[in-house]
Amino acid sequence: MSFGTFLRKPESGAVLSLVAVALFFVLFAGADLGRFSGAASWVNFAANLGIVALPVGLLMIAGELDISIGAMIPAGSMTVAIVSGHYGMPIAVGILAALALGVVVGLINGILTVRTSVPSLIITLATLVAMQGIVLSASVLLTGNASVALDAPAWAKTLFGTLIGGNYQNIILWWLGFTAIYFVAIHKMPIGNWLFALGGDKDSARNAGIPTDRLTIGLFVLSATSATFVGMCGAILFNSAQVSGGMNYIFNAVVSVVVGGVLLTGGFGSVLGIFIGTLTFAIVSQGIYFTQIDRNWSSLIIGVMLLVAVLMNNAFRKMALSYAPRKKSED
Amino acid sequence: MTTPVLELRNVNKSFGPIDVLHDISLTVNAGEVLCLLGDNGAGKSTLIKTLAGVHRPTSGQMLMDGQPVLFERPKDATDRGIATVHQFGGTFPLMTIGRSFFVGMEPTKGWGPFKVFDRKTANEVAVKAVQSFGITRIDDGDRLIGGLSGGERQSLAIARAVHFGARVLILDEPTAALGVKQASHVLRIVLEAKRRGIAVIFITHQVTHAMAVGDHFAVLIRGALAASFKKGERSREEITDLMAGGEALADLGAEIETYMETHDGHPPQPVH
Repeated sequence: MSFGTFLRKPESGAVLSLVAVALFFVLFAGADLGRFSGAASWVNFAANLGIVALPVGLLMIAGELDISIGAMIPAGSMTVAIVSGHYGMPIAVGILAALALGVVVGLINGILTVRTSVPSLIITLATLVAMQGIVLSASVLLTGNASVALDAPAWAKTLFGTLIGGNYQNIILWWLGFTAIYFVAIHKMPIGNWLFALGGDKDSARNAGIPTDRLTIGLFVLSATSATFVGMCGAILFNSAQVSGGMNYIFNAVVSVVVGGVLLTGGFGSVLGIFIGTLTFAIVSQGIYFTQIDRNWSSLIIGVMLLVAVLMNNAFRKMALSYAPRKKSED
Repeated sequence: MTTPVLELRNVNKSFGPIDVLHDISLTVNAGEVLCLLGDNGAGKSTLIKTLAGVHRPTSGQMLMDGQPVLFERPKDATDRGIATVHQFGGTFPLMTIGRSFFVGMEPTKGWGPFKVFDRKTANEVAVKAVQSFGITRIDDGDRLIGGLSGGERQSLAIARAVHFGARVLILDEPTAALGVKQASHVLRIVLEAKRRGIAVIFITHQVTHAMAVGDHFAVLIRGALAASFKKGERSREEITDLMAGGEALADLGAEIETYMETHDGHPPQPVH
């Protein structure tokens, strides 16, 4: 693959951002590479964020936005903790309840988006706030507490919440698995083509016979369920769930996706780009602990990186659009 | 006499109390270009949408190959081989030529749940299809649609419709936004589609373009068929005149002339 071909891919900006951040940390910030590469913190961070960022990115490719994930992560962890921790039901019931809650909220988001002309940002903002209220009220009503303990059996821990090698959360494997599945589905199968068509021109896609409504609803279900999955894994790992937390995921996921080369208005992006964007984001926000830079600066770096990455992505997209293999001399 | 591919008999269309189309009767034969001319608001869009199954006629009949047809939704029309190519739509700027050509009908390879999109075949077929229409500049299926010129995009959309078995091709102002050279590319493609035996309905308000490719002409004024004639029966001036509302323009000319005769050759002040 030539350098030109590389630049025309959606993930080129993300790769360059990753390289630039890594170089900056190593050359100017005195990053302790030995400690950094052995550290689990940023990989754990990336995995939890990445599982949510992937479907959020796919929704953005489809031209929609889902910010309700911020409430669905604590909703997922509270559901499993209340059902299996507080009421002592089998852990499988708690896990299924958490995932089912994601499906229900995803359906609400999706159906409202395709049935009304309200932008999905507003619809999911509404479900975000509503779910926060429901989770807090339900928790206080049912358990009298905003924090619930959960003692998961060994098999559930092995599957969803254990530490590998003492530090690495096994959700990392889920993240890699999800990335592989999304990659094949989006870039190798017809449904991926439908997604890009949907994001590029919804009316034309519908005229071409693509079930645009079902596809949109499916993506919302995917993102809400992924969020409850992350919350559920967290509760099983840490043996407890809190009603707060999760709001940071909204902005972190959007930054990761945009740095990953997804076009905010839809129709362009890649799974690999979202993956690398998440990795880059994790390295900046967590890797800064291994440098001599005060960690308070990390937000500034992320802001600058976001801007530079988006500008780069715009430039590369223009290149891709104007690309013609052999210019002929006539016309 | 051959049976027309598509025929309209006394088609009316009303939206509530507003009558948009009045007693439209048209026939389109295979291998012929019917030019539908008319000013903005003459009812061209409504007529196209009726043909494409978006609207249902309030009264009147539509026949394909002599059989009455009723389209409940656009897909019914597409399934019968009626394809509409819009001025801009139907293409996805950030998708590759091969991918957008096959949107909704992706070729796959492999088996069972492991069917993957066959990019190589898609690219080859798309490039071949558009090249067979004489657009040889498109030779790489991995290029993005957004990088093509307006004429090339139109050509690609027409090639796509023909590839997927269109028998009636409705072209909605394909040359409106194009320069002279680009427009001539598209007109060549219209002729090529005609040569392949496709019935083409070519909507335009550029009389020159219509005269270059048309076999039959139909002029719509305020939702009614004002004139219907064959190639060579009317001059360009007559057609333009008809489109602008016919008598209205002639009357204006006469009015100005009369005014000038009585006012020492001065034209009247424009009305504000």
